[in-house]
Amino acid sequence: MVKVSIVVHFPKDLVGKPIVYKLVKEFNLSFNILKADVNPKDEGVLVLELEGDEKDYQRGIKYLKQEGLRVQLLSKDISMNEERCVDCTICIPLCPTQALVKNSETLEVEFIKEKCIVCGICISACPYGAMKIVF
Amino acid sequence: MRTIAEINEKIKKGQAVVVTAEELKQLVETKGVASAAKTVDVITTATFGPMCSSGIYFNIGHSKPRIKLGGGKVTLNNIPCYTGLAAVDLFLGATAIADDDPRNIIYPGEFKYGGGHVIQELVAGKDIVLEAAAYGTDCYPRKYLKTYVNINDLNEAVLFNMRNCYQNYNVAVNTSNEIIHTYMGILQPNLGNANFCSAGELSPLLNDPLYKTIGIGTKVFLGGGVGYVAWWGTQHNPCVERTEKGVPKYPAGTLSFIGDLKKMSSQWLVGTSMVGYGTTLSVGIGVPIPVTSEEVVSCAAIRDKDILAPIVDYAKDYPQREASNLGFVNYAQLKSGKITIQGKEVPTGSLSSLKKAREISGLLKKWIEKGEFLLSEPVQRILSSDSGYKIKPLQERKVKDGKS
Repeated sequence: MVKVSIVVHFPKDLVGKPIVYKLVKEFNLSFNILKADVNPKDEGVLVLELEGDEKDYQRGIKYLKQEGLRVQLLSKDISMNEERCVDCTICIPLCPTQALVKNSETLEVEFIKEKCIVCGICISACPYGAMKIVF
Repeated sequence: MRTIAEINEKIKKGQAVVVTAEELKQLVETKGVASAAKTVDVITTATFGPMCSSGIYFNIGHSKPRIKLGGGKVTLNNIPCYTGLAAVDLFLGATAIADDDPRNIIYPGEFKYGGGHVIQELVAGKDIVLEAAAYGTDCYPRKYLKTYVNINDLNEAVLFNMRNCYQNYNVAVNTSNEIIHTYMGILQPNLGNANFCSAGELSPLLNDPLYKTIGIGTKVFLGGGVGYVAWWGTQHNPCVERTEKGVPKYPAGTLSFIGDLKKMSSQWLVGTSMVGYGTTLSVGIGVPIPVTSEEVVSCAAIRDKDILAPIVDYAKDYPQREASNLGFVNYAQLKSGKITIQGKEVPTGSLSSLKKAREISGLLKKWIEKGEFLLSEPVQRILSSDSGYKIKPLQERKVKDGKS
């Protein structure tokens, strides 16, 4: 079994294809959509977490590439600069996965990297530039 | 009970009993007001958050040959200063941004660098590029100047904030269907989040709701150094509706502060960027409250659950200056991380850092305990709830050319 997060880029003409359906139906992969920015007539981006048998996963990726989609591993990471963070908590309600939480004893804002899906909203929301994206 | 002079005598001897406002509340809950008032000499309160009406004035010294910057154009690290003063006196405000900053042209603008950031870098001792263009006079012939300046080389550098330390503040929400970017942070559509900005029960003016001890001349912790209350702050509005305990239910009193920037620290004056809104400066302030009566203690015993704040819609009501709100919540609810608005559970975020406020109240306590910080006697009281003093909206009047 593997569990991998990937970024799928669609060219304009392929936005209409039901690729996630195929990944499930033909390759027996389960999926979790972490981020989707898919608009008709525009290039699209889909961030997927795929889980399934290693062989099925490889076949699935091959299928995506054959369809003309660009596939990358999700290797971006958000990191918190604790010196810049003032522990205000303005980012906390914006985080869609509760990767940012307040420690009610120390009052510190804690960043739980494992829960982060790299949506990036904390980067623009932080008034102190404490959240950065790293590649 | 005891005078400020008596408290200062104890401070000098290292005998003053100092507690933070948070500690005082615990003490009152276990021992009661009378006992706490007997024991405690000073209560320290604090706040840390973005305060847009902050700025610095400074004197750069005369160049050779001389230049008259008054009426000219000056930038510090490309951020414009106010020059409408004498030859080499300048003022830089926290929200100033570069003339070529893209602002909100590509919405939402990032506002990565502005006056607040320059102030933080200057305080940190970094060299800042000053560029100036002047018109030249017989006594000040020079017309252009470009040089590094450093805080250590300035004659005076003074933090002067027209409005800080808001006594209570709005809880900002967004009832529209689209995300909005405000000075209260990003607000998600359909009541997606609720942002507040007060240290609540630790905040200075919520511990002295009727300004009985804090007045003009009160000595404070300001940006890591020492400052004074210079005046009441702009938009001071003491006559709003209050609870039975005298605590305002709306943004009310404000304070203006002044202090020596050279003694301050970049840890407590932090350049701040509000996406889609602009730049500002986050300021750390600690205000000591002398226990001169039992009443002082019973006011400072106020708890978060007894401090109410109005929920204001920043999509419609705030921008349109409509006075309405979506009800009230208390700070215990706000600090818990979620509140309920119109039956919907809404996560909360704070723009004000309670962690930093707690640190400041502890630092000020230490300064006083060590005898390094004496209290001052206010020289004038601040207009209170019985003054009739009120914030006025702008009354627009048609100008002859018909434009508005």
